[in-house]
Amino acid sequence: MFAAENGLKGDPRLQGISEAIRVVPHFPKQGIMFQDITTLLLDHKAFKDTVDIFVDRYRDMDISVVAGVEARGFMFGPAIALAVGAKFVPLRKPRKLPGEVISEAYELEYGTDCLEIHVGAVQPGERAIVIDDLVATGGTLSAAIRLLERVGAEVVECACVVGLRDVKGQSRLNGKPLYILVEPRQVCDYEYARVDFAENDDA
Amino acid sequence: MATAEEQQDPRIARISSAIRVIPDFPKPGIMFQDITTLLLDTKAFKDTIDLFVERYRDKNISVVAGVEARGFIFGPPIALAIGAKFVPMRKPNKLPGKVISEEYSLEYGTDIMEMHVGAVEAGERALVIDDLIATGGTLCAAVKLLERVGVHVVECACVIELLGLKGRERLGDRPLFVLVNST
Repeated sequence: MFAAENGLKGDPRLQGISEAIRVVPHFPKQGIMFQDITTLLLDHKAFKDTVDIFVDRYRDMDISVVAGVEARGFMFGPAIALAVGAKFVPLRKPRKLPGEVISEAYELEYGTDCLEIHVGAVQPGERAIVIDDLVATGGTLSAAIRLLERVGAEVVECACVVGLRDVKGQSRLNGKPLYILVEPRQVCDYEYARVDFAENDDA
Repeated sequence: MATAEEQQDPRIARISSAIRVIPDFPKPGIMFQDITTLLLDTKAFKDTIDLFVERYRDKNISVVAGVEARGFIFGPPIALAIGAKFVPMRKPNKLPGKVISEEYSLEYGTDIMEMHVGAVEAGERALVIDDLIATGGTLCAAVKLLERVGVHVVECACVIELLGLKGRERLGDRPLFVLVNST
């Protein structure tokens, strides 16, 4: 579900957040309009608004775990965790976490990848949210949900800054609700974005 | 030399004991300082951020640069609290826009760190943050990237300093602030 349809209709913060995200065409390959949140992180007000919207939503939902997906989930998750009084749990690519882990494989367009969590980071029965910058196919977030459920956590919701209304035709992932702040923008809007970067300046 | 430990801030003891040491990771002989357990202790994690925020809030810092990936965990909360932007310093080919790159040496071979062109402006005052400083190679690369575009790096800040690896020396006269020392 989108924030604008869930209590934040007309909230001016959402427009500021959307406009602060830069669209980079054809990254990492032709045809992909990459939603670059690094420009959002440069806009202190928009970044703060992003975190505040998530915090306002989750602070009274008894969340004790904020799980962030490596690496861009790390940029949003900890600030949310600190504000709602939850632990921050990083979900990482293989062989990064030093202690005992459990792993969950997921499919890429070509091949598979793996997400890991430290054993003991989460206790059975804890209420968790999963955070990442963007949801596309939902593969990574689905793996994150499965990992948390395997250690006995209750995944309350997945939260993303950017995402499409439906992931593969579903508004839920593994039966869990998705909460998304803004839709992806297309490059034709870029000229109106507030943050202007020199993209092909070789001079 | 600046460490919060020297002032015996009462919050340091809990932060220090919340860090888990994992022997022989990533290879035999290395005692890995695992900050993920610190992130599970809500008071200790909050205290960690507060200690950095208290130090930097009135220093006119407009940029907090965090080194991938654990610098991404500590940097943004600090940036948000002090009113600065957060700039991720990343491994190659992760940042989608135009970048500048800095090569740095590892124990065997080299690696590359990147920053987006235009993320920072000449004259800005910056902090560089990472979870830990060992040899100082990564931090130094981040500092150089910022200095190359005219940013003044006010200080490097880490949760942990591994003593005996000359990280502080490698930073030269650039100040370093850490919360916890480890041998």
